[in-house]
Amino acid sequence: MTAKADVGYHARQHARWRLSEVAFWVLVLAGALLFPSRYLIMTDILRLGLFALSLDLILGYAGVVSLGHAAFFGVGAYSAGLLALHGIIPEPVLALLAAGLIATGVGFLTSFLVIRGVDLTRLMVTLGIALLLEALAERFSNITGGSDGLQGIEMQPILGLFAFDMFGKVGFFYCLAVLFILFLLARRIVHSPFGLSLRAIRNNPLRAAAIGIPVNRRLIAVYTLSAFYAGIAGALFTQTTALASLDVFAFERSADLMLVLVIGGTGYLYGGLIGAVAFKMLQEVFSTITPQYWQFWIGLVLVVIVLVGRARMHRWALWLPNLVIRQFAGRKAVVVVPERDAS
Amino acid sequence: MSIRSQMLLAAGAVAGVLALAPASAQDAVKIGLILPMTGGQASTGKQIDNAVKLYMQQNGDTVAGRKIEIILKDDAAVPDNTKRLAQELIVNDKVNFIAGFGVTPAALAAAPLATQGKIPQIVMAAGTSIITERSPYIVRTSFTLAQSSTIIGDWAAKNGIKKVATLTSDYAPGNDALNFFRQNFTAGGGEIVEEVKVPLANPDFAPFLQRMKDSKPDAVFVFVPAGQGGNFMKQYAERGLDKSGIKVIGPGDVMDDDLLNGMGDAALGTVTAHLYSTAHPSAANKEFVAAYKKAFNSRPGFMAVGGYDGIRLIYEALKKTGGKTDGDALIEAMKGMKWESPRGPISIDPETRDIVQNIYIRKVEKVDGELYNVEFATFEAVKDSGKTKK
Repeated sequence: MTAKADVGYHARQHARWRLSEVAFWVLVLAGALLFPSRYLIMTDILRLGLFALSLDLILGYAGVVSLGHAAFFGVGAYSAGLLALHGIIPEPVLALLAAGLIATGVGFLTSFLVIRGVDLTRLMVTLGIALLLEALAERFSNITGGSDGLQGIEMQPILGLFAFDMFGKVGFFYCLAVLFILFLLARRIVHSPFGLSLRAIRNNPLRAAAIGIPVNRRLIAVYTLSAFYAGIAGALFTQTTALASLDVFAFERSADLMLVLVIGGTGYLYGGLIGAVAFKMLQEVFSTITPQYWQFWIGLVLVVIVLVGRARMHRWALWLPNLVIRQFAGRKAVVVVPERDAS
Repeated sequence: MSIRSQMLLAAGAVAGVLALAPASAQDAVKIGLILPMTGGQASTGKQIDNAVKLYMQQNGDTVAGRKIEIILKDDAAVPDNTKRLAQELIVNDKVNFIAGFGVTPAALAAAPLATQGKIPQIVMAAGTSIITERSPYIVRTSFTLAQSSTIIGDWAAKNGIKKVATLTSDYAPGNDALNFFRQNFTAGGGEIVEEVKVPLANPDFAPFLQRMKDSKPDAVFVFVPAGQGGNFMKQYAERGLDKSGIKVIGPGDVMDDDLLNGMGDAALGTVTAHLYSTAHPSAANKEFVAAYKKAFNSRPGFMAVGGYDGIRLIYEALKKTGGKTDGDALIEAMKGMKWESPRGPISIDPETRDIVQNIYIRKVEKVDGELYNVEFATFEAVKDSGKTKK
């Protein structure tokens, strides 16, 4: 067996669908059917999950940090809003794509700024871009509606068939479908040679360059791709809420996204989704218990998560199931292994 | 494998939280109170929440044989949160009223839901004229900026103020305030020498104040949302505008009673037109202020009064319908309702479902070592001129 075939073999092994992944998506679908009264918050989670997935693509796979990912979310959101408001592309799916492509364009243009410099510079540059766009949106309030937001957006039925309803059912399944398709795409990409080269860059850009990987071009490509994902997430936001306000560019949105990935972990695609679930749930629970001081509790939980470490928490949470498996199946449980790419 | 472990956690969390969806007594009347309890507008939310609690303490939590249940939600004044929360309250919690709404965009975001769900939406804070036109189920107990801005415009023109520079927050209420002020002030012979709009989310007034100072007006007309007034006056004093002889006038939001005492002597002499002052000399108000101070150890501002009257309106409407919670019947019951509020006599305009109230011209003075907006002129039963114009 040649060395090349060997690498290919391992890559393919990694790329195979695991039972647990299938189970994850089955669970998601089950959740959708089990809690028909909670579509709205679940839609929120899906959007956040997709958004987190987009950051994971650059952070987890290419090692590019960003504190301004809301920039693309916002561009996507306003694009979708304006397309619908002025009836340019009334059909939501096409408008979604168009909004995603506009965000992609912005991502491509700004990627040249971002790939220069190292982590700290990148944090500042990305943050700056988001702030810049927010200020622009506020300045051109005749187009964006300024602080009042884009009012009066009316969404047409999806594909002319499914109208958005008040209970958020259609919106939820629409988001779920989009998320799943984009997830498949992302999964395919990160397991491709392109994805592997990104990991090489993340681990050591100098060495990656030495073995002939065009580092900058790859980074530009993945950053642009990530912008597309974020733009789609933003467009979904506008389409399902029929609202776009300056808040889509807010720093808090970018910062929350980091928190989601802190909770969920990076570099295995599911981190963003799981983090989004956990983050929204925490928010929901705490703000129901104490509408005034929920931020304190969220902060506390995050500090604890970081101090204790994700891997250890998994061990604690899975102590009982593992015990059961050990007792009854008589074998060592496999669920305690920390995610391989946690860094 | 790791993914499986993550998944199990997530699944557990989802099941746990989603199951929390409350299921409570059938016969309770539920009111979804959506307020900014965190973020820049938190003081608004806090005041309204306090006032609602106070009213329920004073009047019991049962009306027409039905228990009143308040479900408080924090939207941080972000309209998409408001919309989601309102939707969840209506769909899941089956609330009979949605109330609160700290800022105009939030109230507007919820309006289509009120219409779809036929749920009365009681606006307790937001003050843009158009709000009540967005749904036939909206009733307002706060105020509109047109009410106070037209009156301060007239007053300024009649009281020797010739040149005015304006500083307003750049969003719907700010534009309302500016337009109505400009209309009445220039009609009275005044001149506006400089118009500055400040971003809502950027409470740094210093660069704008410098421009104000340079244009040397007789007065500056200021509208910033309740809660930003303290910051404004601080920077106003820091820039030395208080010593330059330039007066501050405006709708009363900038001189919110809640923050007035913290503004210091720079605020002395400021003349504003507004619906409520803690110093309003009526028995009803003295009682309200004393009870509020006792319960929360702070001064009630106009936001608190909006909340207090809002919950009162709900109580009275329920009494009138005999506890029935049909949306149309409740709105019918609310139309034309009159009562004596801590702010003075008020009523709900049956045509527009907007509030009709007295607007007072007040001046900041020191009384017993504390700053108060002391009322010296009253304009009675002012309707929202944003609508009567049409």
